[in-house]
Amino acid sequence: MAEIELNGAVGLSASARAQQMTSRMPAKPRTLLSDAWRRFRRHRLAMLGVVVLLTLALMSFIGPYFYIPRLAAELAAIGSPFLQERVDLQTAIDHLDFMSILSGPSAIHPFGTDDLGRDLLARALYGGRVSLLVGLTAMAIAISLGTIIGATAGFFGGIVDQILMRITDLFLSLPVIPLTLLVVYLFRDPVIKAMGSPEAGIFTIVVTVIGCLAWMSTARIVRASFLSLKEKEFVEAATALGVSRPAIMFRHILPNAIGPIIVAATLEVGSAIITESTLSFLGVGFPPDTPTWGRLVTDGSQYLQAAPWLALFPGGLIFLTVLSINFVGDGLRDALDPRSRL
Amino acid sequence: MSHKRLWAWMTLMAVAAMILAACGSGQPQAQPTAAPAAPATAAPAPTAAPQPTAAPEQPTAAPQPTTPPAAQQGGKLTILYWQAVTTLNPHLATGTKDFDGATVILEPLARYNEKDELVPFLAAEIPTIANGGVAADGTSVTWKIKPGLKWSDGTDFTIDDIIFTWKYCAEPATACTTKAAFDPIANIEKIDDTTLKITWKEPTADPYIAFVGPFGMILQQKQFGNCIGAAASTSAECQAANLAPIGTNAWKLREFRPGDTVIYERNPFFRDADKVFFDEVEIKGGGDATSAARAVCETAEVDFAWNLQIPKAVLEPILASGKCDAIAGGLFGVERIVVNFANPDPALGDKRSEPDQPHPFLTDPAVRRAISLAIDRKAIDDQLYGPTGEPTCNILVVPAAVNSPNTKCDRDVAEANRILDEAGWVRNGPVREKNGVKLIVSFQTSINTLRQSSQAIIKSNLAEIGIQVNVKAIDAAVFFGGDPGNPDTLNKFYADLQMYTNGPNSADPQQYLQGWICAEVSSSANQWNGSNNGRYCNPEYDALFEQLKKELNQERRAQLAIQMNDLLVNDGAVIPLINRRTPNAKLKNLEGPTFNTFDSSIWNIATWRRVP
Repeated sequence: MAEIELNGAVGLSASARAQQMTSRMPAKPRTLLSDAWRRFRRHRLAMLGVVVLLTLALMSFIGPYFYIPRLAAELAAIGSPFLQERVDLQTAIDHLDFMSILSGPSAIHPFGTDDLGRDLLARALYGGRVSLLVGLTAMAIAISLGTIIGATAGFFGGIVDQILMRITDLFLSLPVIPLTLLVVYLFRDPVIKAMGSPEAGIFTIVVTVIGCLAWMSTARIVRASFLSLKEKEFVEAATALGVSRPAIMFRHILPNAIGPIIVAATLEVGSAIITESTLSFLGVGFPPDTPTWGRLVTDGSQYLQAAPWLALFPGGLIFLTVLSINFVGDGLRDALDPRSRL
Repeated sequence: MSHKRLWAWMTLMAVAAMILAACGSGQPQAQPTAAPAAPATAAPAPTAAPQPTAAPEQPTAAPQPTTPPAAQQGGKLTILYWQAVTTLNPHLATGTKDFDGATVILEPLARYNEKDELVPFLAAEIPTIANGGVAADGTSVTWKIKPGLKWSDGTDFTIDDIIFTWKYCAEPATACTTKAAFDPIANIEKIDDTTLKITWKEPTADPYIAFVGPFGMILQQKQFGNCIGAAASTSAECQAANLAPIGTNAWKLREFRPGDTVIYERNPFFRDADKVFFDEVEIKGGGDATSAARAVCETAEVDFAWNLQIPKAVLEPILASGKCDAIAGGLFGVERIVVNFANPDPALGDKRSEPDQPHPFLTDPAVRRAISLAIDRKAIDDQLYGPTGEPTCNILVVPAAVNSPNTKCDRDVAEANRILDEAGWVRNGPVREKNGVKLIVSFQTSINTLRQSSQAIIKSNLAEIGIQVNVKAIDAAVFFGGDPGNPDTLNKFYADLQMYTNGPNSADPQQYLQGWICAEVSSSANQWNGSNNGRYCNPEYDALFEQLKKELNQERRAQLAIQMNDLLVNDGAVIPLINRRTPNAKLKNLEGPTFNTFDSSIWNIATWRRVP
């Protein structure tokens, strides 16, 4: 046996031998992501969060295609049919039915109806689309800005750091709500005009404003991580090997700082959803007939005694969403932390 | 670890408690909706017994309680205005709250009572043609004031103070919001220490336009002497005076935090100081209409709350608690949709909503008519206003003599569709259009649950006739604020339709009807201060208004007013929706607040008292 093996080996080139060696290794190499996924799956609460979030997203974006025809059929059966021929989510949320005002959850209206007999589940589904999109988009803007600014300030230090951090302080000291009001007043009409519809225009402006006023804490966290990480030996090693600065920043240091960033990101989604509802409440957010979750809670709070479900259902949805996102963030932080890699 | 557990349990229990509380209270709320707001009519206190208009020579004609006081005099009267008072100078007031805050301190010569009759306050009697006070040709009016009146600082109240108040507001630079009440005055003459004669610029049929009601409160010359002109709001001395005016009413100011609380204490120089019940009055600001209603009817922490504009489904269970009475409030009016005759397109830049830019489709009478026909006023009333309003087709509804019987506004969707078809507006998908102009309207109002629900109903009504509505809601402080720098005010009206409430503030409708003449059109030229914010301009209407101004016969005036109302309504210049009777609420043991059409809800506050 040994002879055969030896003979065989003799006849192979060096590279083929190397191939033979690696072929004994597992079929797929372990990467940062696969490791993270493996650890993430073990985090039960995080998995629960993912399931809940996916369910909410699916319900909001695909659910209406199943729910609205059913609702239309049910309403037609009880004598309050939709007036439009083509029924979609948009017409369903505006459908008034004075025969069933403030009715509690039932088979026809699983979430009950509001003061004008509008179906709360349809409105909550619509609101889910808006609120989730606003939360995620605003978070993406805030985190990108915060990471770039924080990373640049932390990595380069000196005068760049000074300037960027003073800008951050400046933004932190800006009163958010008055500034938001100002920006919305100034740019609302042109943006709506440019985007074609009030909803798209307001979405763009709300998301941009929330994102651009929420990056500061992320920037500070990222800068702090970079300050400590750039002194580490692996960075020295990378520098010694001649790795370029952007590569050091984003391939060597950033993955080590990902934990706090992800936590900041998850918090950002929740706060973006809540800021959006504050803006709607002040009358500068979405038009009052766009049922975002925040607005549904605001409107429903009037009826907390007479019809508690009006505030409780959308409030519960906000609660579930933010909680799940936080769990997911928790799981991701544990999973992505390179120091806990096995 | 144990700490974490403890927190988890506590949170869980708190959530459970909240859910239980919400469900528990939800149950009993179900029944009272059937209970009518019966207390509303029981409110007018018979004890107030104000003197009738024609009462001759009654030295103390102000309304006084006639039954012997049953509760111990003294204590504190707490009033809740969910819009907080911001100034105590009524001539610079921006809202009812400011007029009412000033009412506790300042007085006019006379005020309107719950029967729309005048009651003398500083005046000794109400001048009439019969007693010779009002000139038969309408050129002048002669008032006599009560003798021996004193300001709360102990100085004498004189005719000069009245003349000064006129001069103060007649100066345009003072920027009095009450200027309309002083504009018709040509001169005021002091005849003797207690008599003055007002001469009008032109004969007027409304001799009570000046120094009567909330617009007529009299300032002290000694305090405001240096404040005529721009100084009224710029000089430090005048700013201080605006926040602490010296007055003649039953209380004087103790403490004022603008936008928050006003506390008043007894005025020892008040003419009937011994008959005033409360030692102290506090007007609190803040919160919203719902919490104000709860503060009176459920927790009973305040005695009186103003303007409970809340949806029926919320208000009725609160009123049914039995601790409070609802009283139809004063100074309300008709909830209406104003149509913009100018083009609010943002593309016009500076020329936006200026009167020389005609609206692309609302200038078409067919569109306005169709909108009015399509709106389901009855549903808005039944579902939202309930006992606090009734549908109306008229823009002028009080006094009853000028409420037009000629108008009709029953919902008729088929007719509305027919009118639009006939006018050439054809359906293209869900929205009608003509020559490339689509019937897409922006519809703005203030933030208020009731108004947003009304918007939803109207949006769905107009969708049925092929008009798409984009609704917008603006913070009430901005919408009604009138700030010329803000794009979202009702005066600028950067939208196609807007909804709010307004009504006449005196029994004579002339001043109110002035709001639709061409000269009042709101534009940048008058800093958007014209009261005609729909920019309606119709020579026929202007001619009627000129007639009204000259007409002295009351019956003819009423006819003219009805004619003008009919013209506005039939032309679709404005779309009346609901005649509001938005209630105030008072504790059952508070006596005195009355239903009131033309004056402040607290016009007779000096006579309020507590009963056991």
